[in-house]
Amino acid sequence: MILVYIETRQGKIKKSSLEALSEAKRRAAELATEVAAVLTGTVPAELGPEVSVYGAGRVYVLKNPALDAYSAESHGRALADLVAGIKPQAVFLSATARGKDLAPRLAARLGVSLASDVTRVGVQDKKLEFTRPIFAGKALLSFTLKTSPGIVTLRPNVFPLEQPGTVAGEVVTQDAAVGEAEIKGRVVELLAEKGGEIDVTEAEVVVSGGRGMKAPENFALLKELAAAIPRSAVGASRSAVDSGWIGHAHQVGQTGKTVSPNLYMAFGISGAIQHLAGMSSSKVIVAVNKDPEAPIFKLVDYGIVGDLFEVIPVLKDELKKLQDR
Amino acid sequence: MNIFVFVKRVPDTESRIKINRETKAVDEQGLNFVLSPYDEYAVEEALRLREAKGGKVTVFSLGPDEAQIILRKCLAMGVDEAVLIKDAATEAYDGLRAARIIAAVLKTKYQEFDLLLFGKQSVGADNAQVPSMVAEFLGLPQANVVTKLEIEADKGIALREVEGGEEKLSFSLPAVVSAQKGLNEPRYETLKGIMAAKKKEIPVVAADSLGLSAADLQSGIEVTGIDMPSARKAGRILPGSPQEAAREVVSLLRNEAKVI
Repeated sequence: MILVYIETRQGKIKKSSLEALSEAKRRAAELATEVAAVLTGTVPAELGPEVSVYGAGRVYVLKNPALDAYSAESHGRALADLVAGIKPQAVFLSATARGKDLAPRLAARLGVSLASDVTRVGVQDKKLEFTRPIFAGKALLSFTLKTSPGIVTLRPNVFPLEQPGTVAGEVVTQDAAVGEAEIKGRVVELLAEKGGEIDVTEAEVVVSGGRGMKAPENFALLKELAAAIPRSAVGASRSAVDSGWIGHAHQVGQTGKTVSPNLYMAFGISGAIQHLAGMSSSKVIVAVNKDPEAPIFKLVDYGIVGDLFEVIPVLKDELKKLQDR
Repeated sequence: MNIFVFVKRVPDTESRIKINRETKAVDEQGLNFVLSPYDEYAVEEALRLREAKGGKVTVFSLGPDEAQIILRKCLAMGVDEAVLIKDAATEAYDGLRAARIIAAVLKTKYQEFDLLLFGKQSVGADNAQVPSMVAEFLGLPQANVVTKLEIEADKGIALREVEGGEEKLSFSLPAVVSAQKGLNEPRYETLKGIMAAKKKEIPVVAADSLGLSAADLQSGIEVTGIDMPSARKAGRILPGSPQEAAREVVSLLRNEAKVI
């Protein structure tokens, strides 16, 4: 069995958890095994069936008031207890902020190694084999885990979503044995960015600015451009972030985030090696730069040599026209 | 406060990574090794906490003899003591193994601490596993990817980066905290600090002297291959004025690449 941890935020399922579930379904078919999913805490009753139609024959809902606020300790403990009970051969989580916090806690509790932030899962001789970027994507490491169960986090936006089926599986509600007293740290508040922005790691389109943006106020142009594209986010190069033009949460590259959106648009980014590492797995890349020799042009699908301040308004108008259609 | 910081020696981010398909490893020849960038924020935060609250900062690095270079950099930045956890193994890409060794050091030799600080991940292995695993092994609360940290008596409040915002965490000490960019601006070493760091003795703890079994000291990861990302096909530069090219690119994204 492959068990998939389904993350919820404010009562909603995270899309990247469904991506992990979809991949579990595909690999379980190869391994001739089944898929189960697990939700934690007080969740709306419809979530169980909503998850199961993506391919989970059984959905566990672990209940305990101590699981309502996120804590790695309580969640790690509850998941480890479930794993000990149902003995899956692998546990998949999405490599979200939550998944990256929880998976190592779970793995250590079980005393097993962890495959982090993988971008490919294969099956070799009935064993799962993983590939993950190292050095922010400058190289790719393939490996198997010697310990079992294999705990795996899957990079968001990489694994395709399966079409949901129509047959809902079984929902099993269980009490988790977690005591309030053993929790020494927990989330007390979620501070959302203004306007409910999408994170660059989750966006389908990233519009990024670099030194060529020239001034912090010019990032408003990118925000307007992003506003004309559904499910998009504003990214930035390290030099734009280090200049204080935009927050570091937006930084793409080796000391920022690695992204693989459907479309990455780079404005005034020359393409330092640290930046290219963070975005070269994007499906389609567009760059606008004044310098025809800029290294970023070596990996673009479409390039425009010219003044980004002339290009952006036209792009915005054209994209808006598409939206209005 | 007694603060421990854990740092790693990694190739600097400017490095062009070359691989050796036969050894299934990164070719380390010619690479310039530095203190992992996120670890610098952890060291800086420790120094700021010591300046505000008093106490002592000890920095540890799990790695080869050469890791003494980054330990001396930390000493030059102002940490009080440095300890090398000497490990002959090459990069194992297994956070569990590293966390087991670190937890064993803390259980057997360095038991007194209020705070364990790490970088949110090492640059290179990019695993982001060790801080949480050490926390689990020692039964401590954790705050990862932290951009703001406040310590008051035996409690901590941290802001941690999550998708589209931040989570505020409340925890008791001792605790594990891992640093994200934005937490602070790391200081430079002073000349005086560099001189003093040169003379400082760095105690060595051997990773295989901690009572861990041979199995615990093995990597739980079996590397099956190493590769370079597939090169992207050279695309095209769109001709015409910036306005014409902009209109053309939207049309291509819509009709050819089909991504919008």
